[in-house]
Amino acid sequence: MPNDVKIDIDRKLCTGCGICIKYCPKDVLDESDDLNQYGNHFPEVVAKDKCIVCRRCELYCPDFAIEVEEK
Amino acid sequence: MIKAKDIKEKYIRRHPSPFCPGCGGGMVLNAMSRAVENSEVSKDDIVAVSGIGCAAWIPSPHWRVDTLHTTHGRAIAYATGVKIGNRDLEVMVVSGDGDCAGIGGNHLLHGARNNIDMNVLMINNGLYAMTGGQVAPTTEHEEKTLTTPYGNPSSSFEAAEVVKAAGAGHVARWTTYHMKDLIKEINKAIDTAGFSFIEVLTQCPTRKGKKEGMNGLEMLEWYKNNTSKEEHSDKIFVGTLSEVDRPELTEQIYRQIDEAGGDLR
Amino acid sequence: MKEPGEYFMEGNIACAEGALRAGCGFYAGYPITPASEVMNHLSKELPKAGGRFVQMEDEIASIASIIGASWTGLKSMTATSGPGFSLMQENMGYAVMTETPCVIVNVQRAGPSTGQATKPGTGDVMQARFGSQGDYEMIALSPNSGQEMFDFTIRAFNLAENYRIPVVLLADAGVGHMREKVKIRDDVNTEERRRPESDEREYFDTDRENLVPPMPDFGDGKELLVTGSTHLGDGTRDTSSFEAQNRLVRRLVSKIEDNREKIEDWEERDVEDADLVVVSYGSMSRPARGAVKKARKNGFDVGFFRPKVMWPSPEKRLREIGESSEVLLAELSLRGYRMEVERAVPSEKLHIYDRLNSLPTIDEIYDRIKKVIE
Repeated sequence: MPNDVKIDIDRKLCTGCGICIKYCPKDVLDESDDLNQYGNHFPEVVAKDKCIVCRRCELYCPDFAIEVEEK
Repeated sequence: MIKAKDIKEKYIRRHPSPFCPGCGGGMVLNAMSRAVENSEVSKDDIVAVSGIGCAAWIPSPHWRVDTLHTTHGRAIAYATGVKIGNRDLEVMVVSGDGDCAGIGGNHLLHGARNNIDMNVLMINNGLYAMTGGQVAPTTEHEEKTLTTPYGNPSSSFEAAEVVKAAGAGHVARWTTYHMKDLIKEINKAIDTAGFSFIEVLTQCPTRKGKKEGMNGLEMLEWYKNNTSKEEHSDKIFVGTLSEVDRPELTEQIYRQIDEAGGDLR
Repeated sequence: MKEPGEYFMEGNIACAEGALRAGCGFYAGYPITPASEVMNHLSKELPKAGGRFVQMEDEIASIASIIGASWTGLKSMTATSGPGFSLMQENMGYAVMTETPCVIVNVQRAGPSTGQATKPGTGDVMQARFGSQGDYEMIALSPNSGQEMFDFTIRAFNLAENYRIPVVLLADAGVGHMREKVKIRDDVNTEERRRPESDEREYFDTDRENLVPPMPDFGDGKELLVTGSTHLGDGTRDTSSFEAQNRLVRRLVSKIEDNREKIEDWEERDVEDADLVVVSYGSMSRPARGAVKKARKNGFDVGFFRPKVMWPSPEKRLREIGESSEVLLAELSLRGYRMEVERAVPSEKLHIYDRLNSLPTIDEIYDRIKKVIE
């Protein structure tokens, strides 16, 4: 169901480790085609409306690169 | 749950971090920040002491508290001076396994023996990672590393068990996979008036993971699958290993000054 | 601490009493002959004076903890001898790099290595200046009496606070264990590090003329960045730029070099027009001074020069002396101060009276003076 959630991935900080993608319980994220400076894929939001704002991605991100905003 | 945005603004400076993709260092920083936010302690009363190595860069300069980035292996000794100097400070030591249990082993033993009130996070990646991945006191027997190309002839020890035997008031072990548990344990450490030692198994994808064929995420999964909150013959125990009540050095010293009749300088 | 008055006191105790008078708030140490008495005395007296005392597991832990304590705003000190002094070098360099005030007493003994623990020697003079890695300047004082053990310890604390630097008190087993009259005063001058004004944000750089930045305390809410890595003015680590290394290290050196006239100190007698000047320091300077007095009484034009501050070196004055007189260096060491004096005095004018293990008599030095003059 549609939600008022905004998920922001700061590409200046993200190292493309893939942890957020795997640990999201709702598969909101997946690998994008874009590569960062390390040759890793940035994550991207593929199912925003599935997000339950559990903030597990924020909890696990080693780089403080992902922020979930709920209006 | 607390928002990452608020944690970042209040506790973190100088990003992007210097750590490799998938490194657990940033996760420990995240856990420390969240634990402090949960606690009664003010940021202004925290002093984070570290030695040399990747782990030492977790607080310095990335954590927005007073930081003391010292010489290799000596963080606990410096921290002892800080705590005895001003007992109102909340002293956190962040030290790698080589820094803490290798070159710093003696200070680790005596910090635990003194049960001095501080919180020590030993960031255990099983190697000297910053310098390329040399063998460490926590490296398994026969493991191949940069300086044990024929396999480690030496054997490791369980630093947490050694610290427990030396008399630390609070000893625990977690991994970066166990973020929520780790945060709770750091809170327990903050609330404990004694030497709190938390071994944090932390992934180093670049030096450890690469030779085992794992990236950061895969190492986290390895932690998940190879640890247990219950005693288990094949798995690494995670949880609180020990909680004991023993005299704490700072309190004893201040009591003696009081009894000697001195006006505190 | 002792009430003001005159006492018959051991040098090491006088040093400890000086620390108490200077306002020492933290002492951490480790037992070692011939310095242990400093620590033993402070273990009892420092708590009575409101200071914190702890015996640590080794000398490295001792120097590390006094640096940590200094950052909580306390005047801090440790005391050791040669073997412990060697162990402390890395962290003394850390104190220099982070501009942390503290006092390190080295009651030197006969070396090298374990040597003769109860016998005096002054072989650590160069180490006090050059013992740690990299480029830096140090301050080191050399007392030669119980009174100077008291007075110079206080001065050491003041220099440490004023210049934000570790200061070494280079005593030796002779001075440390000798008992003589010491006057304890209560009107001693003590100095404090300059704390920052509310608008000052840089604690590791300054444009001030004396080159000493202000120093805050942990717990002031300043989110301090104290590091032994090369750093910018706000403490941010910079391990690659030329600008950072050049600016910081040159300032650390200039901080002492440019202020040397305010730091240096020596005793000189009858140096003008002397045919021969005896240069000596530490416990050796006692019979040396006696020998000079005897020589003058017997009609020889002999002068006496005694550095009280070994580092920064009184090289300018030594050079002047070397230009107009012959020099006899008398020291309880083979290499302690010799090469520093060789730098200043032309080799054909320099004579050495070096001796190990024990002090000579006045006559033994006097006989040497006579031989040099003839």
